[in-house]
Amino acid sequence: MLSLIVFLPLAAAVVLGAARALPDAVSRWTWLGVTVAELALVAVLVAGYDTPPDGGLAWEERLRWIPSVGSSYHVGVDGLSLPLVALTAVVFCACAVHALKDARRPRAQAALFLFLQSTCLGLFVAQDLILFFVFFDLSIVGMYFVIAGWGHGGAARSALKFFLYTFLGSLALLVGFIGLYLAADPHTFDIPELVAAAPLADDAVAGAWVLGAILLGLAVKTPTVPFHTWLPPAHTDAPAIGSAVLAGILLKMGTYGFVRIAMPALPDAWQAWAWVVLTVGVVSVLYGALVALAQTDVKRMIAYTSVNHMGYVLVAVGAAGVVADGAQEARELAVTGAVTQMVSHGLITSALFLLAGVLHDRVGSYAMADFGGLAAPAPRYAGLFAVGAFASLGLPAFSGFVAEFQIFAGSIGATWFAVLAVPGILLTAALFLRAYQRLFTGPTAGRAEGFPDLRTHELLPVGGLLLLSLLIGVVPWPLLDLIAPAAETVVGLVSR
Amino acid sequence: MHKEPLALLPEICLLVGAVTTLLAGSFLPRERQWGARLVATAALVAAGITAAVALADPARTVYGGTFAVDTATGAVRLVVAAATLLVIGLGVDELAGTRRESETYALLLLGALGATVMGSTTDLLVLAVAFLLGSIPLYGLVGMLRSPGAAEAALKTYLLGALFGILLLLGTTVLYGLGGATAYAGLATGLEGAPVAALAVGLLGVLAGLVFKAGGVPGHFWVPDAAQAAGTPAAAFLTTVPKVGALVAVFRLVDVLPGSADWPLLVAVLAAVTMTLGNLAAFAQSDVRRLLGWSTVSQVGYLLLPVAVAGRTGEALPALLFYLGAYAVTNLAAFAVVAAVPDRRGLEESRGLATASPWLAGALVVALLGLVGTPPTAVFVGKLTVFTAAWDGGLAWLVVVAAANTVASLFYYLRWLAPVFRRPEEDAGDGGTRPFAAVAAVLAAACILGLGLAAGAVLPLLDGPLAR
Repeated sequence: MLSLIVFLPLAAAVVLGAARALPDAVSRWTWLGVTVAELALVAVLVAGYDTPPDGGLAWEERLRWIPSVGSSYHVGVDGLSLPLVALTAVVFCACAVHALKDARRPRAQAALFLFLQSTCLGLFVAQDLILFFVFFDLSIVGMYFVIAGWGHGGAARSALKFFLYTFLGSLALLVGFIGLYLAADPHTFDIPELVAAAPLADDAVAGAWVLGAILLGLAVKTPTVPFHTWLPPAHTDAPAIGSAVLAGILLKMGTYGFVRIAMPALPDAWQAWAWVVLTVGVVSVLYGALVALAQTDVKRMIAYTSVNHMGYVLVAVGAAGVVADGAQEARELAVTGAVTQMVSHGLITSALFLLAGVLHDRVGSYAMADFGGLAAPAPRYAGLFAVGAFASLGLPAFSGFVAEFQIFAGSIGATWFAVLAVPGILLTAALFLRAYQRLFTGPTAGRAEGFPDLRTHELLPVGGLLLLSLLIGVVPWPLLDLIAPAAETVVGLVSR
Repeated sequence: MHKEPLALLPEICLLVGAVTTLLAGSFLPRERQWGARLVATAALVAAGITAAVALADPARTVYGGTFAVDTATGAVRLVVAAATLLVIGLGVDELAGTRRESETYALLLLGALGATVMGSTTDLLVLAVAFLLGSIPLYGLVGMLRSPGAAEAALKTYLLGALFGILLLLGTTVLYGLGGATAYAGLATGLEGAPVAALAVGLLGVLAGLVFKAGGVPGHFWVPDAAQAAGTPAAAFLTTVPKVGALVAVFRLVDVLPGSADWPLLVAVLAAVTMTLGNLAAFAQSDVRRLLGWSTVSQVGYLLLPVAVAGRTGEALPALLFYLGAYAVTNLAAFAVVAAVPDRRGLEESRGLATASPWLAGALVVALLGLVGTPPTAVFVGKLTVFTAAWDGGLAWLVVVAAANTVASLFYYLRWLAPVFRRPEEDAGDGGTRPFAAVAAVLAAACILGLGLAAGAVLPLLDGPLAR
């Protein structure tokens, strides 16, 4: 079942890539059809999911792959990965709808995004470090071609920067994985086996180095200060749907790595160095928000809010490791909040990037100064942007509030230090309101005059994503019930 | 003396093939030189089949302990035969009907023979012979094109080859004097307690000769020139096949040295310098062949990683052999693309390749990302096993250096890939593609992916003892 979900888009991508004579319309609708089918398959997955006992995996599959290096094709889902798998299916489906009117090489674009979807799904279900790494690297390759092939402005340069930076991260990750592999006895790349064995528990120095390599790799991907510099140019020059996938899904690979690999497999090192993660998280929250506040380019601003939002995740996972015993419930709350934040940020930021892309599609600019009073010519656009902005700044009734509330309640319950990140929320509110005023209120001016309002294929994906965010904000328990047992397991593992 | 001619059947196939090719070529009119090609191909296929059959034999040495028949030998034979076949495949379009067609095939076969003997021998004297057998055809191949650039490259290769050949002989002499034997089995016992300084001199000499063949620092100067100026099949051959033999030969040699000389550190430093220099030099290149030439230098650096931990971890030999095979097919795939579009020699001229021939562009993406070591290509598994072996052998710092170098290498491979997907210029004429080379490129690209995905089946086969 999981293999079908992972490889169905890849198979479709191969077919689309090989069929050169395919009419554009057929490629677009095939793409949409496959993503809808994926959505249906994931819905079946979610419906049939029962929290497995003892922190185990559901829908598990394991096949021999490279036994001589202790690596197997091992996939499975639990409460940490299933929400992200579902998020992936949703965001890619939204992108397929958004691209229905895109005229630039639709066949190749569809093939590339389907390939990318396979790598993202594969990463979230991988239970083997090599498998994880394979999908991690391939997602970088796919995104490079998305930015370089469909981007605008200095796309080639941004794509190169993105590739080099994240590839550096992925190799650091590989080095860390090899360290884990060699430390385990018998040598293995299997994640559940490594988690059970917790190698390097009694070797603080080697543990610190291996954790350092893995943290570096994940920090580049997340991204956190000071490894975030690839993110703004990549987002600015990427096409709208590329940005949506990059922010919505690819960034989650980094944060997912923390809860899937770094925390459970290296509990002692994590406890010893959690204060670093926490500090980096706090700095990312504040720095990301402050820099976002200073932006004059809408897309760059949203990109920096991603740094801020991913910072909250780091605060939560850092706080979960700072204290080894006690405050068990608070730390579980923090980790649950971190995973919720991944889902919530994926939904909201994807929607915002799709909205920002509309600006460029219409008039070729993201500069706030070029617009003013957009609300009059484009009321639907203004309305949806307002909803997205409020959701992103953490207004109650949206998923962001649920996530950030849990993160802060849990983190501050574990350590007072997390309080320092709270001003980040205020800053985010300020920057979104300021941007909204500049773009939408006042008399219609500059390029906003005669700005066409959203069309159906733009309205539907954004509306759908924000509706999901609203749904999670109003009825959070189904999602939280899914995540909480897995968060409990992670906190239990990291407290060993 | 343990005489067993049948154990050398693959080598005999290559030798007979080379002679027959040359004779056939001499008597065939120029438009019917394909007969010589057929003979050469048949010889390589026969060598491959006999090598595959011989894999089942137990590990042993023949002819008085001068020639090992073991897993490593089998792997070298197979990789060399397959790589040479691929070289002929990608070169057919360029060579067919030229004045030196059959001579080129004969030289390719002789070079292949030199590489297999080099990778299989366990005796310093035979090693010296293999060095000459492998080098002299190379000089001819480099200069075959008769252009000024080719002449310069041939002279450079020849002079460096002569110098490093002398160093090899000098090292052999010193080691013989110290150990009282030239066979590795004798050296292993004879060198114990030998003065460290003299041992180091001997080792450095032999190592210098082998590093010249492999194209690593300090014997790398000929590689970029030869790769740029020689004909494409010759360039593809000399950046691939000699490395296979030379690196296995280094592995066999250092494996018998006593621990008193700190050879792992020496090899590790050579590896680090080679990969760094190769990568840095590749940065500024604008000619794709020269860029590939430097990239092969950096690859030797990665290939030296498992050599540096020879004997210290059981994973070193399978890692080296797998990486060699993966590297050979990946490098040849890149050269096959170059051979298929001979008019696109500069990085900028690759512009619009994706539009003109998407299959070739796809093969190039697979080949270049393969050279970087992106999963799921073969070199990724190679790098993974090599890094693991090096770390396991206590060279974690070298793994970090190699990882950093891998990131750096991505930069210049992307410099080549980026224009491929750009829109072609309006007035740019399509230089046309060569059919055989294009098929070879796509085939090799498929092999890269296949070998990467089926690594689990291949790796256990490479895990066998070294015969001494």
